[in-house]
Amino acid sequence: MILLVLICVLLLGGFAAWFSERRSPEAPRWVAIVTLNVEALLLILPCSVAGHVDGLSSAWFADFSVPWIPRFGIGFHLAMDGLSLLLIMLTVLLGFMAVSSSWTEIKSRQGFFFFNLLTCLAGTIGVFLAVDLFLFFFFWELMIVPMYFLISIWGHENRTYAAIKFFIFTQVSSLLMLLAIVALVLIRHNKSGTYSFDYFELLNTPLGPDAALWLMLGFFIAFTVKLPAVPFHTWLPDAHTQAPTGGSVILAGVMLKTGAYGLLRFVMPLFPEAAHQFAPVAMAMGAISVLYAAVMAFAQSDLKRLIAYTSVSHMGFILLGVFSWNPLSLQGSVVTMLAHGISAAALFMIAGALQERLHTREMGNMGGLWPGLPVLSALALFFAIASLGLPGLGNFVGEFLVLQGAFGVNMLLTFVATLVLILAPIYALIVIQKAFYGPHYQHSLLSDFNCRERLSLGLLALTTVWLGLSPQAVLNVSAPALKQEIQSSVEKER
Amino acid sequence: MSINQLIALAPIMTIAGTAIAVMVGIAVRRNFILACSVAAVGIILSLWSLGIAWRESPIQASLLIRMDAYTLFYMALLLSAGLAVLGFCYDYFKDREGENEELPLLLLTALLGGSVLVGSSHFASFFMGLEILSISLFVLIGYPLNQVRPLEGAIKYLILSGVSSAFLLMGMALIYAQCGELYFSGIGGYIASREDINIMVLGGIILIVAGLGFKLSLIPFHLWTPDVYQGAPAPITAFIATVSKGAVFVLLLRYFISTDSYAYKPLLNIFSVIAGLSILGGNLLALLQNNVKRLLAYSSIAHMGYLSVAFIAGGSISSILVIESVTFYLFAYFITTIGAFGVVSILSTPQTEAEDISFYRGLFWQRPWLAAAFTLMLLSLAGIPLTAGFIGKFYIFTGAADGRLWGLLFAIIVGSGLGLYYYLRIIVVMSTNVEATAVEPAQYFISTAILVFLTMLLVWFGIYPTLLINVIQLVAYVT
Repeated sequence: MILLVLICVLLLGGFAAWFSERRSPEAPRWVAIVTLNVEALLLILPCSVAGHVDGLSSAWFADFSVPWIPRFGIGFHLAMDGLSLLLIMLTVLLGFMAVSSSWTEIKSRQGFFFFNLLTCLAGTIGVFLAVDLFLFFFFWELMIVPMYFLISIWGHENRTYAAIKFFIFTQVSSLLMLLAIVALVLIRHNKSGTYSFDYFELLNTPLGPDAALWLMLGFFIAFTVKLPAVPFHTWLPDAHTQAPTGGSVILAGVMLKTGAYGLLRFVMPLFPEAAHQFAPVAMAMGAISVLYAAVMAFAQSDLKRLIAYTSVSHMGFILLGVFSWNPLSLQGSVVTMLAHGISAAALFMIAGALQERLHTREMGNMGGLWPGLPVLSALALFFAIASLGLPGLGNFVGEFLVLQGAFGVNMLLTFVATLVLILAPIYALIVIQKAFYGPHYQHSLLSDFNCRERLSLGLLALTTVWLGLSPQAVLNVSAPALKQEIQSSVEKER
Repeated sequence: MSINQLIALAPIMTIAGTAIAVMVGIAVRRNFILACSVAAVGIILSLWSLGIAWRESPIQASLLIRMDAYTLFYMALLLSAGLAVLGFCYDYFKDREGENEELPLLLLTALLGGSVLVGSSHFASFFMGLEILSISLFVLIGYPLNQVRPLEGAIKYLILSGVSSAFLLMGMALIYAQCGELYFSGIGGYIASREDINIMVLGGIILIVAGLGFKLSLIPFHLWTPDVYQGAPAPITAFIATVSKGAVFVLLLRYFISTDSYAYKPLLNIFSVIAGLSILGGNLLALLQNNVKRLLAYSSIAHMGYLSVAFIAGGSISSILVIESVTFYLFAYFITTIGAFGVVSILSTPQTEAEDISFYRGLFWQRPWLAAAFTLMLLSLAGIPLTAGFIGKFYIFTGAADGRLWGLLFAIIVGSGLGLYYYLRIIVVMSTNVEATAVEPAQYFISTAILVFLTMLLVWFGIYPTLLINVIQLVAYVT
């Protein structure tokens, strides 16, 4: 029941925020904050259960199911395990950050803005919870629509192009997934005579090798477009650059993770054999993404575009880790998801804060900002270093585990991906060098971070340090879920 | 004729009677409100009498017309669509000069034609229904007499419709020459008794498909569509897009199922080409449009293509699933199309038709509810969840995947991607920032009420389609 409440609270909060605009233009953001607080409080209960999941018979510790469209065996079936819990916690945390970074940036039509923000979060949480494939697809599409509005209404100069590109890329690829879902269900129907879209039922569908490969590809393309991996990444730099800061935070921090989550939750367990056959290709895509995006990031002069490319680079690690399919690399992927979510969100918030102050994202127009903005610059340095993977911070743990896990599976590709440890410092430090050091560029008096911004970025910084120094707490939560995924895929492969 | 048959025919007779009543009424006293209300009451009575006819069904009500669940369901759908269009027409025409009283009369006769069409089980009723429908439509399209575009549209439709009728008649003649039967079931018996493909019958069916292709505006028979859609008054466009196309499609499906024409595999190949062309061509041409009515015209070509895919799947899957998916898709398409043209018609004034895309600039901030309804309609056309259009598209995916039509499915996916672009373009224009202008929009209560109702249906069946699916399954199983 709590799972349904988790989604409904955000939806209702969204409507409340929309209608509260009539009261006062400032009301929606307060409504959004209250909604997210309620959501965070609701999460305490599953968190307390997650610690003792070892005693339970399965890694799923919450479940909610009612029939929805019985004609096709579609149920409104939600379930939560450690993996979804971690990602939902990330979603809620970044929800706060998105509201915080939109606090003064969004000046017009705040009601509709926060409505879209909250429904987008609701859709994302739905994606992380759904264990009925139809329902999953439903939420998958549902989170795109509000994000489209966020980009196309409150975005920057080239927003229409970016928003439509984003929508079409994700929609077309997700139709391929819908086709794969439907085909999978029909194959099961032909064998057993009943329709069912339930994840647990479909896990045991016997598939021929050809069918499995095609179906796997349908899912794989949808998820790698969302992830994104080269060559499906071209929508992302545009969408990120044009989105308002709050939108970028959600997009980079949470939405990209839905692609990774889909690979982990659906592609590998549903089609283990096909995925193993395909693993070299997927891992190569991952390694290429890692390197290519890092090189591209270096070539950007637009700060947000640069950060967008670093996201693609980090997501390549996740692809590499997931398709290595061993406990170590999967744990690494999960930690990378969380750590990248936090660091990318923080970097986008800093870029947004700079744009609010300087009205530019071009690094050529920045330079010498440190004396004027000491706190902002220090935080930027911190997160740039986190993003390049300095030991002691979250990203390092994730990347290290991924590389270690992948090493045993494919040494060559792991080696190639490791080269990014040279490239990452270059692109991360070039930002600091160009924007914050160097000759002082003509700027009028700038105001440094205020309390709200210090608080939110400080929180993110603390989380990153915590994730880097004591990742075991997170690993413990996700371990049972990952173990179960691996087990079910091994069983199926026999 | 027994009393049961007479009762079963009550809905059709009610519509015909109402048409006469309106006609006589106009002769006595010209009053637009009166004519509209009589027509509305007639349609509601007819809808009510469907309930009585239901108890007698399934029954062969006359030599020509079969009243079964399939007929009754689609009659209800057509009549409700007609009622909604009548409501939009009332608001659209009430402030216009000229003699508008014949408008409800023509709507009634068109509905009569449509009702006969969905119930027909014989070539004679097939042709008669189609002609009653078409002849009413010529006049409806050209109703604003003193304007150029409606007249142009009406003439185009008249000529092309005449040509398509000729094709139809030729096709019927060929089939009759070979089978000696005009009943669908008789033709079905003939086709089932032969193992090989009879070339005359095949040619006949191809000609019939070509004739119906005109009405459905499938590529390559689509050339009239954009001009007629643009020229006709907005509510009438909604009527053509839904009632006329829907009735024809329903008949086509019934013809194919009851005559067993699915056995003619070459036909399905031809149909696949037509469907693929319609999906890709319709969507591609829609990309170029700046006129909302023309854009919706091309998008309707694509939608008829999607619908044909579900229809083609009938070659290899059970007819139950085909009827189910076609019915659900048509239902969603009816709601969405009437809603979309309803918005156009609400925004139109006697001076200007709201067809240029710039007309919609900033609508989100000036009339948020109207824009929200339009956005939902467009998202439903694009097949995005939360709307009935998504469930419809899901049905088509299911049917086509079951029938292993991978090529056509791929065309649907590409088409949807293209479609999204132009639907989103309208949404983008609506959400553009403009300075709020204090123009008090005209209040159209009836249209607004209908639009609210349609939007609610759209979202309801998008979120919880089970009720509708149950009804449709009943229709599919009984047939």
